[in-house]
Amino acid sequence: MILLKIAVVVGVTMLHVAYATYFERKVIGHMQVRLGPMRVGYHGLLQPIADSIKLFFKEDIIPTDADKPVFKLAPIVPVFAALSALAVVPIFEGFVIADINIGLLFILAMSSLAAYGIVMAGWASNSKYSFLGGLRSSAQVVSYEVAIGLSLVGVMLLSGSLNLSEIVRAQQRHGHGMFVIPQFIGYFVFMVAAFAETNRAPFDLPEAESELVAGYFVEYSGMRFALFYAAEYIGMIVMSCIAVLCFWGGWTLPPMIVEALPALAKVPGIVWFLLKVYGHLFLFYWVRASLPRYRYDHLMSLGWKVLIPLALGNIVLTSLAKFLL
Amino acid sequence: MPNEAKRFKTKELTLNMGPQHPATHGVLRLVLDLDGETVVKCTPHVGYLHRGIEKLAENRTYTAVLPLTDRLDYISNMTNNAGYCLAVERLFGIEAPARAKYIRTIMSEMTRISSHIIWLATHALDLGAMTVFLYSFREREGLLDLFEMTCGARLTVSYPRIGGVRCDVSREFLDGLYAFTEEFPRRIDEYETLIDKNRIWLQRTKGIGVLTAEEAINWGMSGPMLRGSGVSYDVRKDVPYDAYGDVDFDVPVGANGDVYDRYRCRMEELRQSNRIIRQCLDKLPPGPVLADEAPDLDMPFEAAKKQVPDMSLLHASISLVKEYDAVPEGELYSAIEAPKGELGFYLVSDGNTRPFRMRVRAPSFVHVSILPKLCAGHLLADVIANIGTIDVVLGECDR
Repeated sequence: MILLKIAVVVGVTMLHVAYATYFERKVIGHMQVRLGPMRVGYHGLLQPIADSIKLFFKEDIIPTDADKPVFKLAPIVPVFAALSALAVVPIFEGFVIADINIGLLFILAMSSLAAYGIVMAGWASNSKYSFLGGLRSSAQVVSYEVAIGLSLVGVMLLSGSLNLSEIVRAQQRHGHGMFVIPQFIGYFVFMVAAFAETNRAPFDLPEAESELVAGYFVEYSGMRFALFYAAEYIGMIVMSCIAVLCFWGGWTLPPMIVEALPALAKVPGIVWFLLKVYGHLFLFYWVRASLPRYRYDHLMSLGWKVLIPLALGNIVLTSLAKFLL
Repeated sequence: MPNEAKRFKTKELTLNMGPQHPATHGVLRLVLDLDGETVVKCTPHVGYLHRGIEKLAENRTYTAVLPLTDRLDYISNMTNNAGYCLAVERLFGIEAPARAKYIRTIMSEMTRISSHIIWLATHALDLGAMTVFLYSFREREGLLDLFEMTCGARLTVSYPRIGGVRCDVSREFLDGLYAFTEEFPRRIDEYETLIDKNRIWLQRTKGIGVLTAEEAINWGMSGPMLRGSGVSYDVRKDVPYDAYGDVDFDVPVGANGDVYDRYRCRMEELRQSNRIIRQCLDKLPPGPVLADEAPDLDMPFEAAKKQVPDMSLLHASISLVKEYDAVPEGELYSAIEAPKGELGFYLVSDGNTRPFRMRVRAPSFVHVSILPKLCAGHLLADVIANIGTIDVVLGECDR
C-alpha cells in the first residue's frame, strides 16, 4: 500500500517536472512576445518527451581528470534529497506517505542535503568554471537555508506543530484560513529565500549562462545533466508545496469563502492544492522573465543582512502577538 | 591572525574566458587572474576574427573595397559604408547630391538605433534581464525589413556608394519608416520600464567601470564611452558630414563615467536618432541619388548610370582611370560617428586605382584596450558588465 503511494507520488512528481519545463518555456516565451515550443506535438506539448529521449540517448562524457566516483555520485544526491522531501508533503486530507511529527524539519534537512550534490559536482568536474560555480552555489544555498528556517518559525509558533497536516488544520481555525495574512513578512522572506535555495533567478548566478555557462554542472551531459535539471525543478515543486501548505492553507479553502459559497466545498482538496502550487510555479517563471541577476556579493549581503534580520523580527513579533492576544 | 595569514598560502586562479563564451560578444578572449571572486589582472587577447580586410583592400579598386567595409562592424553596416565612402569622396573631391546625403543620414541613424538595440539586448541579457532582448529585437526586425526593402540585404548592405547611395528609396520605405518613428519612443519607454529603476540593475551598473573624463581622453575613447564620462565630443556635431549640419539634435553627456551613465547615454541617443530621422524625412529633398562623377562597378537600372558592361575588375579599373586624368595622390584621415565611437579611415593613395593603404581606426579596438583597467580590483560579475558597456564588436576590432 505504501509502496503504491510512493510510486504514485514519484511518478506524478516526475511528470510534473517534465511539464514544468514545458510550461516554463511557454510562459517565459509569451512574456517575451514569442511562442515557446510549438512544433513537437500540438503546440509543443510533446517537447518534454522529446527532450527526455534526447538526453537519454546522449553520449556520456566524463572529463579526463575528473574524480570519477564522486562525479558519478553527484547528480544522484540532489534528486534523492528533493524527492525524499516529498515523502512528508500531504497532498490532500489523509494522503501523505509519512505523517511524521517533525515533517517541516525533515523537509529543511533534506533540502540542506542537496547542497552536498552541488559541492561534489563542482569539485569532481575538474574544471575552473564548475569549481567557481560550485563554491558560489554552496555558499548561497547554505546562507539562504538559515533564512528559510527562520521564516518558517513564525508558522510553527502559530500552529504549534511541525507536522504539515497539523499546520494545514491549524490554518482552518482562523476565518481567513491562511497563515499568509498574519505571517506576510515570513512569507516574503520565505519566497525570496526559496528563489535562492533553488538557484532560480534573480539568484541564479551560480548557473548564470552569461558568466559561468551553467556553473557547477557545466561538465555534465546526457542523463546526468537531466538529473541535475530535474533536481532543480523538484526543488521548485517542493518549495511551492511548503509555501502552499504553510502559508496558503494547503488543500483547504478559507472558511470565510466556504461560508459564502458552499458549493466550492464539494471540489476535492487536491484541486485547490494543485492550483496553488501551479500559481507558485508561475511566480517562479514570472520572476525569471522579468528581473536581472544579482551579483554575488549583493546576493550574500541580501541573505545575511536583510532576510535574516527580517525573519528574526518576524519571530519576535509573532511571539509577542501570541503572548498578548 | 597575521601568523595564520602568513602560513595559509593562497594562489591566484587563472581563468580563461575563452573565445567561445556566451558573454564575450564575439570571439574575444579574456585571461583573468582571480583572487577569489576579485579580478586581479585581466588580459584581453584579440585577433580571433582577423580576416585581413586592410590587406585585401590594397588589391581592390576603391569601389570594390566597399563590401569589405560591410563586414567591419557587422551590426552597423550602413555607417561603415558611409564612413568609407565619405573618406574616398573627400580624397577624390566628389560631392554627393543633397538627396543622397539625407538618405545616408537616415540610414546611418537607423543603423545607430539598430546597433544600440543589440547593445541593449546583449548587455541586459548578460546581466540577467532576458526579456529586454526579445522586446528590443522586435523593433530591430522592423528596421532590417526596411533595409531589405531598399537594397535587398538586411545586414551586409553595401548601400552607400562613393558619390551617393546605390538607388533611391521607395514610397513604401518612407511610409514604413515614418510609422516606425511614431511608435519607437513608446517602445524605448517600455525597455526603460523594465530596467531603468530596477534596484538590481542599479546595483550592478552604478559605480562599476568608472572612467574619469581625463582618463577617457587619454585612453582614446570615443562615442558613448567618452560622452558617458562627461566629455562632449561627437563627430556629427564637431565635424559635420552628410546632412547632420541641417538637422537639430542633442548629444547626451553623462556625469560619472560608470556603466549606468553610458547606458543612459545610449538610451538617450536612441531618442535623438529617432528625432534626426524624423527631421530628415520631413526635409528630404528631391533629386539624383548619385553624383555624376561617381565611380562604380554596377548599378541597377533605376539608379543613375555608370554602367560597366562587363563586370570584371579590369574594366572597372579602366573605367575609373578614364574618369580621372589622375587619381589624386596623398593621404587623408576621415572620421564619422559610428554607433560604437569614432570610426576613422586613413587612406593613402599613390595615384593608382587601388588604395595603397587603407587603415581602419576601429573604436572597438581602442575600447578593448581599456578592459584591464576597468576590471582590475572588481568582481567577476563586473567583468561581464564592463564588456557590455564598452560595446565591442570583434569584427571591427580585429578586422
